[in-house]
Amino acid sequence: MGNEYILGIFTLAGINLMTVLGLSLLTGFTGLFSFGHAGFMAIGGYATALMTLNFHWPFIPSLMVGGLAAALVSAVLGKVTLKLKGDYFCIATLGFGEAVRLILDNVQTFGGARGWPGIPHYTNFWNVLGINIVAIIILANLIHSRHGRNMIAVREEELASQIVGINVFKYKMISLVISAAYAGIAGGMMGHYMTFLQPKMFSLVKSTELTIIVIFGGLGSISGSVLGALVLTSLPEILRAFSSWRLVFYGLAVIFIMISRPEGLMGGYELTPSSMKRLYRNIVSKRSKAVHSAGGDK
Amino acid sequence: MGILELHGLTKTFGGLTAVGDVNFNVEKDSISGLIGPNGAGKTTIFNLITGVYKVTSGKIIFDGKDITNKEPYLIAESGITRTFQNIRLFKKLTVYENVLTACHYNANYSIFDSVLRLPKFRKQEKKLTEQAAELIEIMGLESRKDLIANNLPYGLQRRLEIARALALMPKLLLLDEPAAGMNPDETEQLMKLISEIRKRFNLTILIIEHHMDLIMGICENIMVLNFGCKLAEGTPTDVQNDKSVIEAYLGVE
Repeated sequence: MGNEYILGIFTLAGINLMTVLGLSLLTGFTGLFSFGHAGFMAIGGYATALMTLNFHWPFIPSLMVGGLAAALVSAVLGKVTLKLKGDYFCIATLGFGEAVRLILDNVQTFGGARGWPGIPHYTNFWNVLGINIVAIIILANLIHSRHGRNMIAVREEELASQIVGINVFKYKMISLVISAAYAGIAGGMMGHYMTFLQPKMFSLVKSTELTIIVIFGGLGSISGSVLGALVLTSLPEILRAFSSWRLVFYGLAVIFIMISRPEGLMGGYELTPSSMKRLYRNIVSKRSKAVHSAGGDK
Repeated sequence: MGILELHGLTKTFGGLTAVGDVNFNVEKDSISGLIGPNGAGKTTIFNLITGVYKVTSGKIIFDGKDITNKEPYLIAESGITRTFQNIRLFKKLTVYENVLTACHYNANYSIFDSVLRLPKFRKQEKKLTEQAAELIEIMGLESRKDLIANNLPYGLQRRLEIARALALMPKLLLLDEPAAGMNPDETEQLMKLISEIRKRFNLTILIIEHHMDLIMGICENIMVLNFGCKLAEGTPTDVQNDKSVIEAYLGVE
């Protein structure tokens, strides 16, 4: 196993993580479930490839265009669907994701179902890492502000949020647009990693996988999403030795976590320097207690 | 001219008239009461005032402005807020976070300010945390400010809901059965608290309540509803001696 291979897995995990971070804001902090984020990845992926291939833009500005394209589409989708209550929004996103895939399948401009080859290989471990760090900082700063608190309030209790003067529709919209922008950028990174885009890469299965990662990591926790993306992207690779059994293990791992920790790996908690210090202190104090009681037994 | 005026307020659900042609004035700085048997339409009136339900016909004037059928968050911004009969807190957040969230109205920094942690963000955020801490202290919740709201005893959850409402610095506070499920001692304390916050925050208060001691004890003006229509209105003594009110509550001999 070469260094190259490990970095490759981390790069893939980082690309997934980018979408998962956005989805974490939407699902974990605002309480809206989406099964169509692969659609936003597709829009971002194709838009970014269009910029680098046809307009010869540099990579990072092209990624921004990809994110912007996905954000614009999400604003239109949100305008139409965010007034829907509860599960209906989720179903609308599912329809949207599939619609994007089918359109790309049938429009021949970008190669249709055969795919779009020859995209330059711009994505590497380091720029994925950099973009993810920026994305995490933006997300954390947003969540720890009045805007983030308003989103959490919408998740907790919509009616009460309105009564304390929170524009529920506006905050759902902001959350959706930011999450779509993140997904769009992730799509752009993916295309320039695979050097190839195909509508099949953005199927319902992909959307579901992303939502599973968010729930697996823990709703309402950024560090949970990071952990979830790392574990669930690398798990199929680690289990490669079991060949056809690996997806069974993947499924079992998800089921096991959902039964033993329904709130997800992190379940609303964050790993920050201060929380780690507290955890360390707890463990140390427990151990010293254990030593004392052992001493007492003698 | 009151701070809140209801003109011919009507709400029908299909063929059922939940509120029918109700006219009512709430005087500025007063404590008014809204009473009536179960299903009389009291909470429906609150839902109409706060924009949760759309008005079928009639008008709601608040502070000289027409607020009929506005979005609930706009009505909250104009200065009306409320508590709920079946408490609606942000259950999984702490006491402090509940109040801090509601304080948002007193800051105006943008998303960019918060993402880039600009000075405007820091300054206003500091103000918000101070304001939240002060409110929690006034409401006597200081020792429990880091508890999850859902784990508070029932009476304190009601108190927290009032604290959260006060964070908006409203002009009019609507309390929907604030003493429900409280024992006489707690009710007594609540009465004191209501009079206190009215003075301290310069509030007008409208209360729905079934505890007659509370209503008769602190309200200056009372409206009695029955089957969605106004039955009587006046001071506590007027209402207590009103024949139709006695009939509605106790029946006719």
